[in-house]
Amino acid sequence: MSDTSNVSKTDATEQDTVAPAEDPTAAPVAVVDPRLLVREEGFKGYITEFKRKIKGGELGSLPVFVGLIIIWTIFQAKNSLFLSADNLSSISYFMSATGMLAIGLVFVLLLGEIDLSVGSVSGLASTVFAVFVVTHGMNPWLALVLTIITGIGIGAIQGWFFAKIGVPAFVVTLAGFLGWNGLMLWLLGSSGTINIPADSGPVHLLGQNSFFMDQAVVGAYVLAGLGVVLALVGQFNDQRRRKAAGVPFRPTSEILLRVVLLAIASFAAAAVLNNASGVSNALVIFLASLVIVDFVLRRTTFGRKVFAVGGGIEAARRAGISVPMVRITVFAISGAFAAIGGMFFAGQTASATLNAGGGNTLMLAIAAAVIGGTSLFGGRGSVWSALLGMLVIQSIQTGLDLLNMNTSIQYMITGGVLLGAVVIDSVSRKSQKAAGRA
Amino acid sequence: MVHVSATPVLALRGVSKRFGAVQALTDVELEVHAGEVVALVGDNGAGKSTLVKTIAGVHPIDEGVIEWEGNPVNINKPHDATGLGVATVYQDLALCDNLDVVGNLYLGRELLHRGVIDEVSMEKNARELLSTLSIRIPSVRIPIASLSGGQRQVVAIARALIGQPKLVILDEPTAALGVEQTAQVLDLVERLREQNLAVILISHNMADVKAVADTVAVLRLGKNNGSFSVKDTSHEEIIAAITGATENAVTRRAGRRSTEAAK
Repeated sequence: MSDTSNVSKTDATEQDTVAPAEDPTAAPVAVVDPRLLVREEGFKGYITEFKRKIKGGELGSLPVFVGLIIIWTIFQAKNSLFLSADNLSSISYFMSATGMLAIGLVFVLLLGEIDLSVGSVSGLASTVFAVFVVTHGMNPWLALVLTIITGIGIGAIQGWFFAKIGVPAFVVTLAGFLGWNGLMLWLLGSSGTINIPADSGPVHLLGQNSFFMDQAVVGAYVLAGLGVVLALVGQFNDQRRRKAAGVPFRPTSEILLRVVLLAIASFAAAAVLNNASGVSNALVIFLASLVIVDFVLRRTTFGRKVFAVGGGIEAARRAGISVPMVRITVFAISGAFAAIGGMFFAGQTASATLNAGGGNTLMLAIAAAVIGGTSLFGGRGSVWSALLGMLVIQSIQTGLDLLNMNTSIQYMITGGVLLGAVVIDSVSRKSQKAAGRA
Repeated sequence: MVHVSATPVLALRGVSKRFGAVQALTDVELEVHAGEVVALVGDNGAGKSTLVKTIAGVHPIDEGVIEWEGNPVNINKPHDATGLGVATVYQDLALCDNLDVVGNLYLGRELLHRGVIDEVSMEKNARELLSTLSIRIPSVRIPIASLSGGQRQVVAIARALIGQPKLVILDEPTAALGVEQTAQVLDLVERLREQNLAVILISHNMADVKAVADTVAVLRLGKNNGSFSVKDTSHEEIIAAITGATENAVTRRAGRRSTEAAK
């Protein structure tokens, strides 16, 4: 008897509480589903939210930071020069080249596809540039434009075979991996190396001795300040518009916390680089590319289309998105960034060589994108993974060089790191599915 | 009960469609008025999906006339249909799991603010739309992957409404849903009718049809087999029209049971 009376009582209270929300004339109160976990206010809320996300497999950038701390600790213990300003500066310079390839790969990975040709295309691009400038005496800036167009063309051709003919992307780009490398060898001919005058336009700009604002101490801080101000203005602008529209917005405390963290990281990096010789122009171009591409991916309709095709081809098609066009464009972008990366390689050595873009370049670029948190399965990721992943990868490379490790060891470690990154991606996807997030 | 306008929003006059040797539709007639829910029923292979696809522009018709608000129109591709104001929600909902609710609602027709995606306006409009439809989902900013089947269905229907259509076609919206979710979707169908939209509802579930439809149009072997007003028609009459005879498995079973009961 007592049971039934209890039931009817709870029923009544439920109806009482539900009724006002059902009333259509009531002010539009944000009705929150009681099952939804809402973040608590304050810093305790951040921590519980963080724990829940980790359990749900939304690792985000966490593996990168953990990995970076481990790697830096190990190398610093083995060689005290590792964390010196000069070495960190060298990491920041050398990561830019492969980082450009990784940016292009992020686009392809967001579609859930792979581009195995970026290494070969970058090598071919440096050779094409050298042939234009040295053999034909072309203006280096015009040669740069033509080189990038070559990259776009190569990417578009591969994308066409994939999107229109239906050849799996990994086969098309594997053919490209071999074919474009062959074309590069043919162009280089018997000499095997073309030296490019180090003072010629882009090669000088991307060289090891080219720094932002000619090494002026203020240069690094100008860049750091610019980044912080942009973030601050953008966030507050967004908050203001959201407030005006009456939709949920990020509280001021959270914005300030984020911006302060960004400021600490960027000004610390600026101070370290100033202790060496300044911010290399290659790094500046890499960072600027990241900002631009991030904007394109998150705030333009093209970026939204890329995510949509990566998340569900049928849904994208029904929404009127031309899937083949998106695919071809994405592969063309990947080719363009591969070509730009090739220019960075040419800038490092002021030459086009047989080895450019060969060896483990491709593996490093893929590993960087995946370690940084862009999923191999498509639809999830951000271009910042190219930066975070490259920090890890280049730290390993530079550290192993510093310890005079053999190439054989380097290859084995790089292979292991790539496998590890994909394992993390696969496992986190599994737990995301279990937690209903994928 | 329902204010039905004189001119139907959509009328099919003698529509026929062939696929090679198969005559999928023969002289089919159908009328849908604003503020009316027409249930399209029939057995598997009766031509329901084909009929819907001709309206949605997936398959152009071979013979007959499609009239839109009284004027004959040509619907040759999906774009023509959406241009007229036909929104179709297919059985496989085709949502992007990785995008959030707002992203899915506006996929392919994002609002722009100085050439940049206007997330704020999209979120505001999405919340307004969902609240006018009394759709409750935890948050408009969570990925579709986190929603239940019923919630996905209502998001898919809401998405069809973003383009302000005049006719909404729902292909088996309750087929994969539980009791509670089915009720939510049926509520939503009623709200579409209240907003004076014309609705075509394909369903195998007679309970759903009886619950929300005003008119039942029966297809059998690609031909019209009667059109009934729901409130004046019994369950058995509709079943008879679907199966094509009063003598069928369902009536035999009912008859057997009544004689058993008599014993």
